Amino acid sequence: GSGAMMNADLQRERAAATFQPELLTHILDGGAERTRRRKEIEALVINDPDFQHEDLNFLSRSQRYEEAIRKSSLMVMKLREYGIADPDEIYWFKSFVHRGRPEPLDLHLGMFLPTLLTQATPEQQDRFFMPAWNLEIIGTYAQTEMGHGTHLRGLETTATYDPATQEFILNSPTVTSIKWWPGGLGKTSNHAIVLAQLYTQGQCKGLHAFIVPIRQLGTHEPLPGITVGDIGPKFGYDEIDNGYLKMDNFRIPRENMLMKYAQVEPDGTYVKPLSDKLTYGTMVFIRSLIVGDSARSLSRACTIAIRYSAVRHQSELKPGEPEPQILDYQTQQYKLFPLLATAYAFHFVGAYIKQTYRRISGDINEGDLSELPELHALTAGLKAFTSWTANAGIEECRMACGGHGYSRCSGIPDIYVTFTPSCTYEGENTVMMLQTARFLVKSYNQVISGQRVTGMVSYLNDLSRQRVQPQHVAARTVTVRINDPVSLVEAYKACAAWLVEAAAKNLQAELNHRKSKEDAWNRTSVDLVRASEAHCHYVVVKLFAAKLSEVSNAAVRAVLTELCLLYALYGISKKTGDFLQAGILSDAQITQVNQHVKELLAIVRANAVALVDSFDFHDVHLGSVLGRYDGNVYENMFEWAKKSPLNKTQVHESFHKHLKPMQAKL
Amino acid sequence: SVNPDIASERQTASFSVEKLTARLDGGAEQTRMRRAVVEAIECDPEFSRENQYFQSQNERYEAAVRKATHLQKKMREMGWTEDGPEYKYIYRALSGDVAFLLHRIFMRSISVLGSDEQIAKWIPLASQYRLIGSYAQTELGHGTYLQGLETTAVFDSSTQEFILNTPKISAMKWWPGDMGRSATHTVAFAQLYIHGKCYGVHPFIVQIRSLQDHSLCPGITAGDIGPKMNFEHSDNGYLMLQNVRVPRENMLSKFCEVQPDGTYVRRGSQQINYFTMTTVRISLISDEVITPLMKACTIAIRYSVVRRQSKLKPGEQEAKILDYQTQQEKLLPQLAAVYAFHFINDYLQELFNRAYREIQRKNFDTLPELHASSSGFKALVSQHCTSGVEICLRACGGHGYSLLSGLPSLYTKIIASCIYEGENTILLLQTARFLIKCFMAASSGQPVPPSVTYLAAVKPGKCPAKNKLDFLSPDIYTEAFEHTAARLISSTAAELQDLVQSGVKKHDAWNRCTVQLAQAAKAHCHYITVKNFAETVERLETEAGIQKIMKHLCDLFALHGIFSNAGIFLHDGYLSGAQMDMVTASYLDLLAVIRKDAVPLVDAFDFTDKCLNSALGSYDGHVYQRLYEWAQKSPTNTQRSPAYERYLKPLLHNTLSKL
Repeated sequence: GSGAMMNADLQRERAAATFQPELLTHILDGGAERTRRRKEIEALVINDPDFQHEDLNFLSRSQRYEEAIRKSSLMVMKLREYGIADPDEIYWFKSFVHRGRPEPLDLHLGMFLPTLLTQATPEQQDRFFMPAWNLEIIGTYAQTEMGHGTHLRGLETTATYDPATQEFILNSPTVTSIKWWPGGLGKTSNHAIVLAQLYTQGQCKGLHAFIVPIRQLGTHEPLPGITVGDIGPKFGYDEIDNGYLKMDNFRIPRENMLMKYAQVEPDGTYVKPLSDKLTYGTMVFIRSLIVGDSARSLSRACTIAIRYSAVRHQSELKPGEPEPQILDYQTQQYKLFPLLATAYAFHFVGAYIKQTYRRISGDINEGDLSELPELHALTAGLKAFTSWTANAGIEECRMACGGHGYSRCSGIPDIYVTFTPSCTYEGENTVMMLQTARFLVKSYNQVISGQRVTGMVSYLNDLSRQRVQPQHVAARTVTVRINDPVSLVEAYKACAAWLVEAAAKNLQAELNHRKSKEDAWNRTSVDLVRASEAHCHYVVVKLFAAKLSEVSNAAVRAVLTELCLLYALYGISKKTGDFLQAGILSDAQITQVNQHVKELLAIVRANAVALVDSFDFHDVHLGSVLGRYDGNVYENMFEWAKKSPLNKTQVHESFHKHLKPMQAKL
Repeated sequence: SVNPDIASERQTASFSVEKLTARLDGGAEQTRMRRAVVEAIECDPEFSRENQYFQSQNERYEAAVRKATHLQKKMREMGWTEDGPEYKYIYRALSGDVAFLLHRIFMRSISVLGSDEQIAKWIPLASQYRLIGSYAQTELGHGTYLQGLETTAVFDSSTQEFILNTPKISAMKWWPGDMGRSATHTVAFAQLYIHGKCYGVHPFIVQIRSLQDHSLCPGITAGDIGPKMNFEHSDNGYLMLQNVRVPRENMLSKFCEVQPDGTYVRRGSQQINYFTMTTVRISLISDEVITPLMKACTIAIRYSVVRRQSKLKPGEQEAKILDYQTQQEKLLPQLAAVYAFHFINDYLQELFNRAYREIQRKNFDTLPELHASSSGFKALVSQHCTSGVEICLRACGGHGYSLLSGLPSLYTKIIASCIYEGENTILLLQTARFLIKCFMAASSGQPVPPSVTYLAAVKPGKCPAKNKLDFLSPDIYTEAFEHTAARLISSTAAELQDLVQSGVKKHDAWNRCTVQLAQAAKAHCHYITVKNFAETVERLETEAGIQKIMKHLCDLFALHGIFSNAGIFLHDGYLSGAQMDMVTASYLDLLAVIRKDAVPLVDAFDFTDKCLNSALGSYDGHVYQRLYEWAQKSPTNTQRSPAYERYLKPLLHNTLSKL
């Protein structure tokens, strides 16, 4: 590195901000005290020489895996040494150690241990939990198979009970049934919780979870009957040994089936679980984490792109004048500022979901499952909505950095490949949207049949009940004031109601024409996804607008209000078709919306750098030469490039091997 | 044997795949030649890409150099030449995974910008690979905006040399391919100074590495710029020049020359420079943009008829995922688009050939239209195809993220095309400038180029469609696109004028309208693409069902365009809400129709399995077996990692404290 001086452009940007970035940081962290603690933990990691290493971009995949394992081992030890036990604090620590990347023990810590806690009997906990806690057992969670993902009932792995020996015999009967993708399965784990179809007394009892040892303790060699390995290189996730697992007549004792709920007795009698809704809890939790992750990943990309756009100068705006900062171009603002607003919106949505989950999981522990269906539907949709948007947004940020965004030194390629699989894992996004749609249609039908619905879908109560014809009808008229977030929430509400009603009616029309429910659903699914998206969009705008009133500092509230307006109006300008067709906004209003978006771009411009500073990413965590806090981009790009593996020798060996002989021959 | 799930798709094709392939190639004879070239390349193990996904940057680079040198031998053996008809097929067969691509640009720039003597001196050396060239334009701090380059070349009349310098870090040459490790020479662009006066950016031939031992020449700092999202095979480089002297004769001087006494002489038209840029843009659309989307569609669609997930009907087998409407909605519009773009590429080639003939006759009148079209279509097509490839990737569920699917590398490569050879937003604004100019000319009754005559007759109106079948009429939807493009261009022109009349400076007014201008340029290109597709369909022979299926694809491309940009069609009431519902209904109906021919439609692209290099997209549909076999070859499985002994073992044995 070089240059302790801050780049003059960035200095000027920061001096011109109209608010104090720290105050906004406190809001994002959930209070000044939490910001302090986060930074304390950050410093613990960043100042620890054990966690320093070469830039991962220059390492091979095997080296990156090895480095991650090294850090993970130390991380577990140090977390205990420092006595860090709060889930948020563990998350921070881990995130700083691995700089926002996944790591090989993720599944052990995030799935194996929690599953033992929630689904193992006390006897099983005695046998497995402490060894796993002490990392004598490292486990993973093997659900997905090569041929089967989101649709769980399709899994093919079998566990057949043999009462003679009181064992389960595990088998991967086909190629498609090979377990595929679980993190940490390839090389790291010696145990796996395996999901398999349970067969006992000649009957299939559906999917159940089994604790399966896969590698020999001591030598770490695969056990007889187990074929296990790494699934090969992926788009990112270089640190993780996503693995495959094939089982051939592999026997485990009866006591290795997780039996807190369902049980198989020694003679093979199957005892049913009391409720199957409880397993939703974990899924809801993980999906809610993805919403927060969407916010953070997009924030990181925005930080990089906006700082770089303040440092980069290009072309001319006025003839004869010096090249302007690219952040002064309207097209650049139009790419970046709506994403900045989106990042803030998603932060608040993430915080809301987390809070709601905590509240409801309290109720669940007391046996009250009434709010679970709505929470499940909401997190499914928001997981899809936010991850799709963030995914596209990260790419937009990268492209806004021109050619240099494409270099790994920008850090954005890494953010992208780390984040993008969340569109698929923990429930493929389209499938998630359709789950939300199922809930919306159900709620709509309840309203039509005279019941009232509550929660985020309560706007459906306002729909007139006598409309039964399948044609579209204009939405409830709302008077929209485009300068007022509250009024814009109403507009989004009307739009969602209109699309939910349209999808429900189209579905009904299909049902009237055809026999099968599934066919009708499939033929309406494009409409249904649109309805879900509109519902989620409404929820995001609503939560953002609601947040404004909680902000006490006037200057901070003012900038957040600008961002909220930008988020809502930009959203309308991208979906003008819906708002026009629903009759919520007129042509003239749409023109005003577009005009106001442009005005807001110019307003947000003044605070753009301060607004990304508020995300408060440490340079080490950001991992970007373009996004450095001090803005000394070009010097450091050169320093970075010199470390490239191709530069290790002055003359590359391929010169002697290929170039020279060719020149001699020609 | 072929997976029955994919075999059954082929039995019901409504058209002849072989005939469509020939149509795409431009004739059966072309198809034959292409297959012969591909066959010759693929049966040579030196060109194998089998282990590519497992290789490091260093290994990829070395393989690319090895292939490039081997290719020279192969070409002599086969009697292929660089300007022969086979050449483009060679590139396709190698998937561009070969070194010395910039060497060709080096040669081309000398041919175009060099004097006859320069051509006579350098081209033979380059074609015999006595030297390896690169092309150094972009700098660390400067990309698309050429005038901003900071490298300097100062003429020293006492020694008859130019002294080249990199005055500051942001002036360092950055990104040029083949320059990091391979090149011995480069064409470097620098600001020319004579007796203290700046004459703007000019090209200079600079030697950077020794022809004997490949070491860097005095005053040269050069190296690789480090890992990127893709192009691991290419040594994109940096170059710093410190008082590097080159003889006066090394400035490429077809258009301007510095005489021994320092007199600067300009000759001929500079417009030809534009023509070179245009040539590069047009050629990349086909090779770098359309081909990757064709491959991605092939992989995703074949996989979608093999992959089964959930049940559509209780009691039945799990359904092929291509039977889900949402999956069709992801993939089939990409398929339609790639055909639309294939035909727009033909249109551009035609435009290009016409302009080239005119230029030979010293008539440069067609250049503005050609330049605007190549810019706009490069932007539209690369943006569309890039997002198309990503959609294909994510339509393959988890397996799409495996490098073995082939999709991640297609994606990370195609995305670069949105930036190089002109950043897309800037290109759209160039097209917009042309459109606004033409609109003003047309409004005042002056003649305008043929592709924009529609701007002369902008008038309010309503779409005449009465039912959803009306929207399957090309006239109806082409007019809707035309109307919308014209409206967006005229309203933006009006706003520009209003701003200027209200006292806003011209450049400021322009910047304030750039979001709309870019949208208007896109709408124009979208309109021309629809119109060209519809006209192409009309010209197709009706035999073998090709015209019929192409008509469906054209309809789908157009209606998907309206459906996903509904706002701009509804905005001035050209389409009513009820008509938009008809568009949606027709669009969704088409998905089910095209679904039946989806696999034959990608088979027609005629990629070999080796060319696709995908575990998911092979012709026989044996996805899972292949994925499993390939994964086992991964070095993570075949080589022993020190991670267990070093870290895992102490971890598992609780001896961490000894670390």
